[in-house]
Amino acid sequence: MAEEVKLFRTWSSPFSLRIVWALKIKGVEYETIFEDLYDKSPSLLQYNPAHKKIPILVHSGKPIAESYVILEYIDETWKETPLLPEDPYERAMARFWAKFGDDKVLTSIVWGVFIKEGKEQEEAMVEAMKNLWLLEEELRGKKFFGGERIGFLDLALGWLANFISILEDVAGLKIVDEDKFPLLSAWMKDFADSPIIKDNWPPRDKMIAKFQALRDEKLAAAAAASK
Amino acid sequence: MSKEEVVLLDFWASPFCGRVKIALAEKGVEYEHREEDVLGSKSELLLNSNPIHKKVPVLLHNGKPVCESTVIVNYIDEAWPSPPLLPTCPYERARARFWGDFIDKKIFEGGAKIWGSKGEALEVGKKDFIEILKQLEGTLGEKDFFCGDNFGFVDILLIPLTTWFYAYEKFGGFKVEDECPKFSVWVKRCMQRESVAKALPEPEKVYEAVVMLRKMNGIE
Repeated sequence: MAEEVKLFRTWSSPFSLRIVWALKIKGVEYETIFEDLYDKSPSLLQYNPAHKKIPILVHSGKPIAESYVILEYIDETWKETPLLPEDPYERAMARFWAKFGDDKVLTSIVWGVFIKEGKEQEEAMVEAMKNLWLLEEELRGKKFFGGERIGFLDLALGWLANFISILEDVAGLKIVDEDKFPLLSAWMKDFADSPIIKDNWPPRDKMIAKFQALRDEKLAAAAAASK
Repeated sequence: MSKEEVVLLDFWASPFCGRVKIALAEKGVEYEHREEDVLGSKSELLLNSNPIHKKVPVLLHNGKPVCESTVIVNYIDEAWPSPPLLPTCPYERARARFWGDFIDKKIFEGGAKIWGSKGEALEVGKKDFIEILKQLEGTLGEKDFFCGDNFGFVDILLIPLTTWFYAYEKFGGFKVEDECPKFSVWVKRCMQRESVAKALPEPEKVYEAVVMLRKMNGIE
């Protein structure tokens, strides 16, 4: 019996990419619905009324939202190529670091360093470096965060492997220096070039344009607010 | 030496610590409880076990630390599988995790916008907070607990946060019972469980602590 799997996503969201990767790694066939967040579809609003956000996975008509919730659902529903480790302590570590990735790493890099300049950016950079250093330590002795192969935490942090170079190009600064972060740099390369992952990055030129526009908008708003 | 060593680094007023105490009690796990002076001087053990966030709760299981209350509750559920805190069906588990995440994102921060402000900002905070409770009330529906007949994961994540509601009510000039009566019934139902009643502080004591926090933050 064919199960209907639909993914509501945007072309650029790093949270959506996690789900694309997970579904493809597990060999799950699905339909993609691209959303315009400035003109959300009635389906999006119906499937995620609490947050009105993507990604949303709809499996046989039943919606699931929040990327980490969706990843765990995918892992429990399609059991081949497990994403989370088996051991409860290792699972707790993966979940802890995934939360750290979103709450601290992404926040400090995108909403800290990337959209700021001058002294504010320098201060944000100190915070971002501390957070990246913790990830560097976490990789010690491992090829991927999941060990020998890609796992839940690699998918959670995977956005770094592509987005960092885009943010660096647009903001004109280095965030992940290969000399300072040899393990993280190697992981970013290995992850970005992995089968499935390498075929699903969003188009670079569109990403550069999008993030340039975001940085311009945020810097302009900050300048206006300080007047 | 006991075969399982379980230690909880705790703070009496923390609803996040409350979650862990309830989960351990539901599973019948014996543990050593250590109170941390979080506003004063944190212990070496806390700083070593949670160097990243330096916060409670921390669960130490045979010396290995687990941090972040929701991660800890999931860990407890998986390390001691019986009785299960999450439903068995993957979709219901996803629903439980979704609402757990919603509670994590909205409740404590929403409450801080009430106790941590005054005037117009407080009024906005109060309005938003009541909206959030109404959403939760909607998802509870006619069920006894958030996932159905059995007390579980979502209830455990939410019920300790309600010990701070009395403080929000005093500062905001409202009553949860008037705005969300079904929600209040659920609170009372949970408070009848021994695991919950024993784990949680008196709301009046929490209120006194929040009064102090408000002064410390220069809000009066």
